[in-house]
Amino acid sequence: MSAAAPISPVDAQAQPPRRPRRRAASASGRRPGFIVYGCLAAVVLGGMFPLWWSVLIGSHHSTILAQTSFPWWPGGNFFANAAEVMDTIPFWRATANSLIVSTTTAFSVVLFSTLAGYAFAKLRFRGSGPLLVFVIATMAVPTQLGVVPLYQVMAALGWTGELTAVIVPGLVTAFGVFWMTQYLRQAIPDELIEAATVDGCSMIRTFYHVCLPAARPAAAMLFLFTFVLNWTNFFWPFIVLGPQNPTLPVALQQLQAAHFVDYSLVLTGATLATVPLLILFVFTGRQLVSGIMQGAVKA
Amino acid sequence: MAAVTSAERAQVRNTGSGAGRSAGPGRKPAAGSLRNRLSAWDRRFSPYLYISPFFLLFALVGLFPLAYTAWVAVHDWDLIMGQGEFTGWENFADVLGQRDFWVALRNTLSIFILSTGPQVVAAIVIAYMLDTNLRAKTFWRMGVLLPYVVTPVAVALIFSNLFSQRFGLVNSVLESIGIGGIGWHSEVLPSHLAIATMVNFRWTGYNALIFLAAMQAIPRDLYEQAEIDGAGRVRQFLSVTVPMLRPTIIFVVITSTIGGLQIFDEPRMYDQYGRGGTDGQWRTLTIYLYELGWTRSDFGLASAVAVLLFLLIVAIGIINFSITRRIADAEAADRRIRRQKGAR
Repeated sequence: MSAAAPISPVDAQAQPPRRPRRRAASASGRRPGFIVYGCLAAVVLGGMFPLWWSVLIGSHHSTILAQTSFPWWPGGNFFANAAEVMDTIPFWRATANSLIVSTTTAFSVVLFSTLAGYAFAKLRFRGSGPLLVFVIATMAVPTQLGVVPLYQVMAALGWTGELTAVIVPGLVTAFGVFWMTQYLRQAIPDELIEAATVDGCSMIRTFYHVCLPAARPAAAMLFLFTFVLNWTNFFWPFIVLGPQNPTLPVALQQLQAAHFVDYSLVLTGATLATVPLLILFVFTGRQLVSGIMQGAVKA
Repeated sequence: MAAVTSAERAQVRNTGSGAGRSAGPGRKPAAGSLRNRLSAWDRRFSPYLYISPFFLLFALVGLFPLAYTAWVAVHDWDLIMGQGEFTGWENFADVLGQRDFWVALRNTLSIFILSTGPQVVAAIVIAYMLDTNLRAKTFWRMGVLLPYVVTPVAVALIFSNLFSQRFGLVNSVLESIGIGGIGWHSEVLPSHLAIATMVNFRWTGYNALIFLAAMQAIPRDLYEQAEIDGAGRVRQFLSVTVPMLRPTIIFVVITSTIGGLQIFDEPRMYDQYGRGGTDGQWRTLTIYLYELGWTRSDFGLASAVAVLLFLLIVAIGIINFSITRRIADAEAADRRIRRQKGAR
């Protein structure tokens, strides 16, 4: 009995991930044995090992590396190392900067992408087709290669060394517009917009009352991805920000330049910079997973 | 059609309510038409208003700098002094005449191939395992994705320790099984392998989830058909799963081309000096661009490298596309031949 009517990707995603899926249960009876579990466990442990290593070395004195055997359990030197890291780099300032940059850009990308995505998905206007094609085409453009003129612009505006110089280029992404367009197309029934129009709603009120509530799940995922993207971003902040006002990755680079031989300090810094996102991941990893899987099918 | 009818209905409604509120009979049409006109404008221009922030900002911070790079590249241009004389192709000739450029190009391509190839294969295999009827699915999917949230700079710091030549974990493990210390930093290929490992560490799980989503969209009857035909699990994987994944493979390869050829973070952080090794063993094109622009203050040369890198990305994109096209064509022809044979 093949009940395996292939559920369309959208439906598969719409289900809460915890509920066992019918499709999976009937997937040509493939019940994984211990080999599959073993291999997956190896992959997951392999992904965690470098982070564990970072904690191990970061919690010992750096002389541990010169000894013949490696430690397999954290030592007691983490807080001493952390204190020295904070003497070397403006750690709290960098964390605050990273938070400011990531939050601002994520909010802005979500807002502008939802507006544009709503227009592309649900409103009729001249040129909407070609303009959307243009947006999709720009997703493939390596804009990072425009760093030289971008730097000149920031220098002319007097923004070098300022967070503005990092925030402004991140305010919109073509991916965001594409993502929201794809989502809103199937998330809002046309009748709902019509009904709002019939009731005399202005365009912006229709957007506010019809589009925004419907956009929430996709908007949350877009927020997360933009946040991670900007939190991990290094190239442009490294170029345009000075040592006084860094983001976390830039601060880590300073730490390395100051202390390369002292691996314990460097890896303490790496651990400290990774922990905030690990905490975020524990709470939102589920959304990230389904976001990637939805984006993949639609792309 | 629907939009027109709803607009008409809205007009009727607006006129109606306007008429109801206005006191004098003479004002009725005027008030109504103003409202009508306002709401017509609203409908007509709001869409442009909604998309304009994206287009304005993107043009300003994305497209303009990219286009202007070509202009800078044909001038003498200093970081401090600014624009100098028009020099035509001189910057390009200069860059192309440097050994450093060609070494950086070799390194970039080598790291790109070492990371993309194994990554796609590993991601597909992991996705295939995730596509089974696992217990605690979400746990495994999250576990695989974990490295994605670690910033590349931290990844590079950790791996440069693991791969350090004298006291690194990798070398001491290798030594314990009798393989003498490998020059992960001093030699060309080992350093590329180490950097590719960092890229793979961060992106394999991410791509596995993309492949997993595509696998779930494969109609299950294809597998059943294959099973009836007597295909084992490996055969099913090779003859059903992999061919059905082709569009996704192309998508993943193209996205990693765009990102991979611009690689900067990992090689920049692989040692403390950030110049890509003592002899430029792992100096990539983007590191080279950065050095020309911000260490040697020559924006003209840096822009020339940016333009060349841009062309390289476009070229590899086209090659990707035409190879996959050819494979698809060849397979279509193959299928046709087989069908003809079957008919006979």
